[in-house]
Amino acid sequence: MDLAATIVLNGLTLAALYFIVASGFSLVFGLMRVVNMAHGSLYLIAGYVGYAVFEPLYDQDAWYAWHAGLAAGILAAALAGALMQKILLGWMQGQELRQALVTIGVSIIVADQILAFYGGNPRQFFAPDSIFGSTQVPLVGGYPTFRLVQIGVALAVGVGLWLLLNRTRLGMMIRAGVDDREMLGACGINVPLVGIAVFALGAALCGLGGVIGSTAQPLAMGQDGRFLLISLVVVIVGGMGSIAGTAVGAVLIGLAEQLGQALFPTYSVVLTFVIMAAVLAMRPQGILGRA
Amino acid sequence: MRERVLLALGAFALVALLPFLLAAILPANQAQFWTANILGRALVFGIVALSLTFLATYGGFISLAQMMIAGVAGYALAVFVEGAVPRVVGGLGYLAAIPLGLLASTLMGLLVGAIAVRTRDIYLLMITLALAMGVFRFVETNIAWFNGYEGIRNVVGPNVFGRDFRDPWVFFYVALGTAALLLVGVLYLVRSPFGLVLQGIRDNPRRVAALGYNVALHRIAAFGVAGFIAGCGGVLGTIYNIGISPGTIGLGATVNVLIMSVIGGLGHPLGAFLGSLVFTVFDTFAANLYDRDRFNTLIGTVFLVIVLLSPDGLTGLASRLRRLATGRRE
Repeated sequence: MDLAATIVLNGLTLAALYFIVASGFSLVFGLMRVVNMAHGSLYLIAGYVGYAVFEPLYDQDAWYAWHAGLAAGILAAALAGALMQKILLGWMQGQELRQALVTIGVSIIVADQILAFYGGNPRQFFAPDSIFGSTQVPLVGGYPTFRLVQIGVALAVGVGLWLLLNRTRLGMMIRAGVDDREMLGACGINVPLVGIAVFALGAALCGLGGVIGSTAQPLAMGQDGRFLLISLVVVIVGGMGSIAGTAVGAVLIGLAEQLGQALFPTYSVVLTFVIMAAVLAMRPQGILGRA
Repeated sequence: MRERVLLALGAFALVALLPFLLAAILPANQAQFWTANILGRALVFGIVALSLTFLATYGGFISLAQMMIAGVAGYALAVFVEGAVPRVVGGLGYLAAIPLGLLASTLMGLLVGAIAVRTRDIYLLMITLALAMGVFRFVETNIAWFNGYEGIRNVVGPNVFGRDFRDPWVFFYVALGTAALLLVGVLYLVRSPFGLVLQGIRDNPRRVAALGYNVALHRIAAFGVAGFIAGCGGVLGTIYNIGISPGTIGLGATVNVLIMSVIGGLGHPLGAFLGSLVFTVFDTFAANLYDRDRFNTLIGTVFLVIVLLSPDGLTGLASRLRRLATGRRE
């Protein structure tokens, strides 16, 4: 019973991280119709830039080292995302396949340049004392506090995104842009700027995931491919462009991964893809996707 | 039409004579290096890229699963052939194991086609990439069948007329022959009723369905054909590398095949080989151009420039120049 509860909690904390990263991917895809194959690269950028800020502060025992790293990582990712949209993707709006290819090119170059700048050694953030250590959880016992924080952050991201899209002026512009770009422009709104804002927001979410993910597990080359894959699978399963769908997809995939690893370790990867194939066969648009 | 056939035969003869030309103008060891490590490798990559170019040009499907499908053929060969290390199943000669590998890749192609059958464009791109990475991670973590991270070694290839398969000349001509047969096969296939229906699906699936054709079956069959083509590349690549490891089908390799196809151009099957040649030459001489370790930045930049400036690649660029030239003459 305790073991089952631990596995479920592990699955949920993993799902929380997946949701944070994939929500940015889903946001950009749903609102801009851009498949950002460089999404994993944004994760790396946030992780490495954040760490470069974090490390010297941590060595001086500054209490805000982690927070500063988090802020730097998010900013770096958001800036990279905004630049990508501004310079490369904005002017080929509507050519979806070409945009996907461009982001693939960007991801190759970014991964290689990060390797050149920072080398291949893995890094890991240390969480601040306030969210470090373990917490007593019923049925499970002691459980790393940081992982529970992960769930809280994911919930905040989900609620925040919903509020932003449904309750603010910016959200209204974004939703209007999805349905009719030209009319939105005719209403006097700077549509390209809205696009850049969406891209920066999606990238910032990925950056948030990057620093949090690199606190929970080591940051190394190859993580970009891993998180791109996870974002793809989560969004395919949950529904393209739906935030609620992304949450459902993340929980399904996170749980499946942990359950699979506990029950049949060497075949656990297969479970994820069986789920994906099954969803595609029955609902090609994903569980909560709009047809 | 006859002129074009003659032109094609002439070009083929030129490529077939390349090793002799190289031997004549370069020192012996360099000529051998070019024949095996550049031309031979370009042909192997080109065959895998051809499977993607075939799907993209005539079906409009950009599949990122083709390198993985090639790897399935390679792994099937390595699992069943006698002499591979470690011995997983073994016991079969190359004559039986190679067809088995091709069968495996064709089946995998059909499976990928079936899973992705209701999706198009970027959705297809995402799903095929996810499938490819799924197989990659499965192979990497599975010890019992695929020997995990290390992969399977010592797949040396059969003897061809008493000569070692991995002799640069033998390998080059086998690869060239395979590539030429596949290329001709593709060009023939797209003129057949099946190929015409496929191109109809690319242009307007609804209309094709209204004409009474089964769109889904045609799509799946096209992926099966592409799976067979990719499998040929996978078998040759596995013998070239004397074995196969998960890295062969990782994200990098998957993207490389896309890069080759796009550089060559997704408008004509020949583009696959053009792209793979450019890629292999860059791969080999990146050290002289920029920095040995920064090959990815270099090829990524080339790829980005091509996508930004000439989305239909080098073959598209060539036909545009030709149109420009003939336009001026008129």
